[in-house]
Amino acid sequence: MNWYGLYTLFAKETQRFMKVVVQTVLTPIITVLLYLVIFASVLQDHIEVYPNISYTQFLIPGLMMMSIIQNAFANTSSSLFQSKMQGSVVFMLISPLSNLEIFLAFVGAAVLRGVLVGIGVWLAALWFVSLPIFNVWAIISFTLLGSALLGALGLIASLISDKWDHISAFQNFVILPLVFLSGVFYSVDKLPGIWNQVSYYNPFFYMIDGFRYGFLGVSDINVLISLSIVSTFLVATVMACLWLLSTGYKLRY
Amino acid sequence: MAVRIQQIYKYYGDLHALEDISFNIEAGDFFGLLGPNGAGKSTLIGIMAGLVRASRGHIQIMGHDVHQQWRQARQVLGIVPQELAYDPFFTVKQMLRLQAGYFGLGRENYLWLEELLDILGLANKANTSLRDLSGGMKRRVLIAQALVHKPPVVVLDEPTAGVDVELRKALWQFTRQLHEKGHTIVLTTHYLEEAEALCNNIAILNQGKLIALDTKQKLLDYYPYRLLRLSLTSEDEVNLPPALQEKLQSFQPGQLVLKLHREHDQIGAILESLRAAQIHFTDLHTEEAGLEEVFVNLTSKASV
Repeated sequence: MNWYGLYTLFAKETQRFMKVVVQTVLTPIITVLLYLVIFASVLQDHIEVYPNISYTQFLIPGLMMMSIIQNAFANTSSSLFQSKMQGSVVFMLISPLSNLEIFLAFVGAAVLRGVLVGIGVWLAALWFVSLPIFNVWAIISFTLLGSALLGALGLIASLISDKWDHISAFQNFVILPLVFLSGVFYSVDKLPGIWNQVSYYNPFFYMIDGFRYGFLGVSDINVLISLSIVSTFLVATVMACLWLLSTGYKLRY
Repeated sequence: MAVRIQQIYKYYGDLHALEDISFNIEAGDFFGLLGPNGAGKSTLIGIMAGLVRASRGHIQIMGHDVHQQWRQARQVLGIVPQELAYDPFFTVKQMLRLQAGYFGLGRENYLWLEELLDILGLANKANTSLRDLSGGMKRRVLIAQALVHKPPVVVLDEPTAGVDVELRKALWQFTRQLHEKGHTIVLTTHYLEEAEALCNNIAILNQGKLIALDTKQKLLDYYPYRLLRLSLTSEDEVNLPPALQEKLQSFQPGQLVLKLHREHDQIGAILESLRAAQIHFTDLHTEEAGLEEVFVNLTSKASV
């Protein structure tokens, strides 16, 4: 392994998003706070998903996870795609970095951005409501697994895309619907018929549910099942991403 | 041996970008890789760098196969890409440190990076963002990036394309210095005078095939002609005697250029025939053929 090379690329990817921290970390936190203000203040007294848990308390973990995974995806997809478009990706490709090292550096930076945004949302949300921590390991596990999964998906999106439009389509037609249909704002059990069943095929649902369990101690699905499902999806996505990198698809011709 | 290229083929669907390319580049050579647009030069360099995968064949850099031993091969190769690519998020110094880091080099290499900045006239731009540099300065950064790990083999893909005369001269001087320090230089260029001034050995590619491979001098000898340029006393049309008509290279009012075979045509006899045909001149000089003539001759022959 070229550990120093891996560390350098990870540091570069981290510096890249930290140089535009307002856009990459602060803006997502503000966006989530807006969601929180609007949904929580409007629905606080109308909805009770779990007994003795306020809607705001229910909502915050979902919004945290939503911002973690959206930002993990945005980090890898925009960074690799931008360097592909600008041609600066060659500097990485001609260096002695393996596909695995490139993958780990990009996904590592995506996880870090996700975690920073997640912590930011959590700290900001504490102004609104006190949030218990039921199982810190569940929180850490789902944060890492979810952000790594979306980081890897972001890499796949950037590898197969030819223009920004494609990245945006991926974000708006795949990631966003999966996030919104994952139970961030509600319990999927409240969804009617087919939508309820479809939700169980959505891997994001298990991330949100497991992550929420870490705070509230309640979930729609046994947390270990969620953990296994998310892990399985992560493994499959990582394999697909490494395979795509190994073929040199739209990268090495 | 710095570079060993063995039976390289590259197909893009039905397009044969490279066909059966084999040649070696000795360590310490200043090697020119020439060819018209689309000849396959950049594809070949891409295969050396790991940016393009050969359909068949092998390339070794300093004894390391670029496919099997890619890590070692990339450690000994520096590539200056043709495109002015840059990462807008970083300054010149940060970019060089990052690039060196990819090669596993940290603080111990910083002194060399400072030296590189000095040599390439980038010292006062070290903390400038890459996006704020002029095209010429970006070109220098590309060269610096290729050298961060002190590679013994340096490939420059059209390094002087679109740069001003001053920078071109500076780049020539710099590549000469690199060569004198023992680096093997592989240069692709559209400027044949550049290859003529710098390279010892030359390969010419055309339509994916190797059509010439020799020392610069031998290549120049392939073309056995020289030009006789005459400034005429009159600007009127001239009636060349039949024996000279086939040697006419060009005619403009007041100027006549004849293409003479180095061995078969005697200048004395040619001048005699001109005088007999009442063609008078005030001045004359001969020009030896350059790479340009050789290149045009070879590439046009091959494309017939």
